[in-house]
Amino acid sequence: MTTSLASSPRVLPLRGLSWRRAAPWLLLLVVAWVILPWFASPYVIDALLIPFLALSLAAVGLNLLTGYAGQLSLGSSAFMAVGAFAAYNLNLRVEGLPLLVSIALAGVAATAIGLVFGLPSLRLRGFYLAVSTLAAQFFVQWVLVKFSWFSNDNPSGVIDAPPLVVGGLAFDTPAGRYLFALAIVTVLTLLCWRLVQSQTGHHFIAVRDNEQAARVIGVPVLRTKLLAFAVSSFVIGVAGVLWGFVYLRTVEPAGFNLDRSLQILFIVIIGGLATIRGAFLGAALIVVFPLLLSRLGSLLLGQWFDSGVLEMSQRIVLGALIIFFLIVEPQGLAALWGRARRRLHKRASAS
Amino acid sequence: MLHAKLLKTFILSAALLSAGLQNAHADEQFFPLQSYRVGPYAAGGTGFFGGFIDYLNLVNLRDGGVGGVKLTWEEGETQYEVERGVEVYERLKQRPNIATWNPLSVGIAYALLDRVTADKVPLLTINHGRTDTTDGRVFKYIFPLLLNPYSETSGIVNYIASKEGGSDKLKGKKIVVLYHGSPYGKETIPIYKLLSEKYGFSLQQIEVPHPGNDQQAQWLAIRRAKPDYVVLRGWGVMNPVALKTAQKSGFPADHIIGNVWSNSEEDVIPAGDAAKGYVAITTVAAGAQYPVLQEIQKTVYGAGKGNLQDPKRIGSVYHNLGVLNGILNVEAIRIAQAKFGKRTLTGDEIRWGLENLNIDQARTAALGAKGLFHSIHVTWDNHEGDGLVAFQQWDGKQWNVVSDWIAPDWKLLRPIIEKSALAYAKEKNIKVRKSIDD
Repeated sequence: MTTSLASSPRVLPLRGLSWRRAAPWLLLLVVAWVILPWFASPYVIDALLIPFLALSLAAVGLNLLTGYAGQLSLGSSAFMAVGAFAAYNLNLRVEGLPLLVSIALAGVAATAIGLVFGLPSLRLRGFYLAVSTLAAQFFVQWVLVKFSWFSNDNPSGVIDAPPLVVGGLAFDTPAGRYLFALAIVTVLTLLCWRLVQSQTGHHFIAVRDNEQAARVIGVPVLRTKLLAFAVSSFVIGVAGVLWGFVYLRTVEPAGFNLDRSLQILFIVIIGGLATIRGAFLGAALIVVFPLLLSRLGSLLLGQWFDSGVLEMSQRIVLGALIIFFLIVEPQGLAALWGRARRRLHKRASAS
Repeated sequence: MLHAKLLKTFILSAALLSAGLQNAHADEQFFPLQSYRVGPYAAGGTGFFGGFIDYLNLVNLRDGGVGGVKLTWEEGETQYEVERGVEVYERLKQRPNIATWNPLSVGIAYALLDRVTADKVPLLTINHGRTDTTDGRVFKYIFPLLLNPYSETSGIVNYIASKEGGSDKLKGKKIVVLYHGSPYGKETIPIYKLLSEKYGFSLQQIEVPHPGNDQQAQWLAIRRAKPDYVVLRGWGVMNPVALKTAQKSGFPADHIIGNVWSNSEEDVIPAGDAAKGYVAITTVAAGAQYPVLQEIQKTVYGAGKGNLQDPKRIGSVYHNLGVLNGILNVEAIRIAQAKFGKRTLTGDEIRWGLENLNIDQARTAALGAKGLFHSIHVTWDNHEGDGLVAFQQWDGKQWNVVSDWIAPDWKLLRPIIEKSALAYAKEKNIKVRKSIDD
């Protein structure tokens, strides 16, 4: 996190989008929008792609706060919970509210809670701030469990997600759900991408790199920090809705525990701080990779070991891989990816 | 182009992986097992799924399957976590010939309610689950077999009443319920409240956050409350910790009543002598002396196909419950085969079998399970099946049954269950069934 302001390419004035640079991303969008929903099996969609999308979005949100603005937060899953429960209650209690509106309002609710818990950031830094966001984690979960109103007085505290219907169109097939999640993730990711290239994004980085210096050059530090908390909480709140409504289709407060917060933080760190694509790469590693590993393991070794032994060995392999990645490339997968691409380009232009 | 190539490889390998698992066999009935052998609840998971698999193995080895139809299964590790359970569901539901789902987790069961209903495959939650799924008119594919959480609560309160000398003696008594901080643990909160109002005992319900390996604060509160009884609605590591902490805070073990997920050897042995005298409710007796368990020992473990790593656990409560779960599954298939023919059945046909599952005392004996459990009679509108409960006491070495088989107060509970189920039907726009054919 010590990128100097002057050398960071991100503070250069916004470049015009060249087709050559945009082509791979457009291709990726085409694959995600057109090819995957047609060709991926329901399992790949329901168990891999949808949680991948939800956690990627949460990681994009946390990356704005932690990667760009430098405010360490351990409360991500609390904001996800706020989003999921707000959307559920809005949907339940406000007759005729369109689903997309209740999702947006759920994001707003998460923003409000995020602002409240962002206030300590005006005084606290680093570990101390992390501890105060930890308070958000425990407080939100406690409130949701303590007051059964939030789960519509359901004795178990578990709620059923409403069907996904937008304008009479039901997204009830795996591909439908995937496209629903993908639409939201695409829109929010593009907005975040624009945000970090704007002046505000540069303010985020300025605050991260040196608060004192940022203040001196006229960056409104307090406002910038709160804005980072607000935007990040909004995005994470919407990710929570996706997690609850689109992926699990049921929500319980215990599902949004500290483990999930740490998982999102690891996604950001492993994927690469202060990159949007890092969030997706990190989510792929953390979400999809263990599942692929587990399937590969049970396919190859299933007849010799029971599932418990396999599970343990997967954890060891995954842990070792993460440590390896971080040693080889502490800047995260995004940097690894960038380096690989540059090398390939060099080789291509040499030959 | 690099991106496209990478993605193509990724899609291809994912497709290959899923295709590799889809080899269909004729005449088999497949059990997808959302088991857990890792994590804080591994003791319950290994025992239950071990028993379940042992029984399926016994039926295959001894009878060549059910009516000639081989029973097959595959495990997916959930660690008792909802999202892993969902992942395993999505993975294994691709397989053909699925019989039933048995996740042994309320959280996972909740997440599967809509999914199994859409896929028309039964979901079995033996001794646990969401209480109002007992109402088969609304929850066509969900079966909280033998004992739903409300029946369990009623059974425990009735037992305390009998120890006090009648339900009128409950007035003025104080009961603390120490419950596991999970959907499973919270399921009975309203029904304890209702029973305390009905019988006039005072009630305090205290939550132990998952997984429950520190309970100083809770037992301090119990010490202050000075209750006559503590009901332990625990799960996994929470139970021995509760018993040990109770001993430290001076609460007598014989006034702690364990619920149906706090009644195993794995709950009391780690607590040592702190567990001596502890009483727990059960639907399935402990012990390996029952003929069906003898056969498992001889046929399955004799052939080296036993699932438990430690054969000493044969006949433990969780293992026996797994065996019983196997019996109920297999009998439902047998009953459905009698109607639809001896072939691979669809999930919906097995649902019909479950809704006609009637194992009386004579049939229990024929299955070699006399005394292992009492009886079950499931109907299309009662998916619990009127299971009876007994109480057992731990003497430091083994469980001894200290009561007869007794019935919970179903008449009291049924209207509450129906109300809740109908509210669910309204919320979800489900048509209430009028008969088994609906």
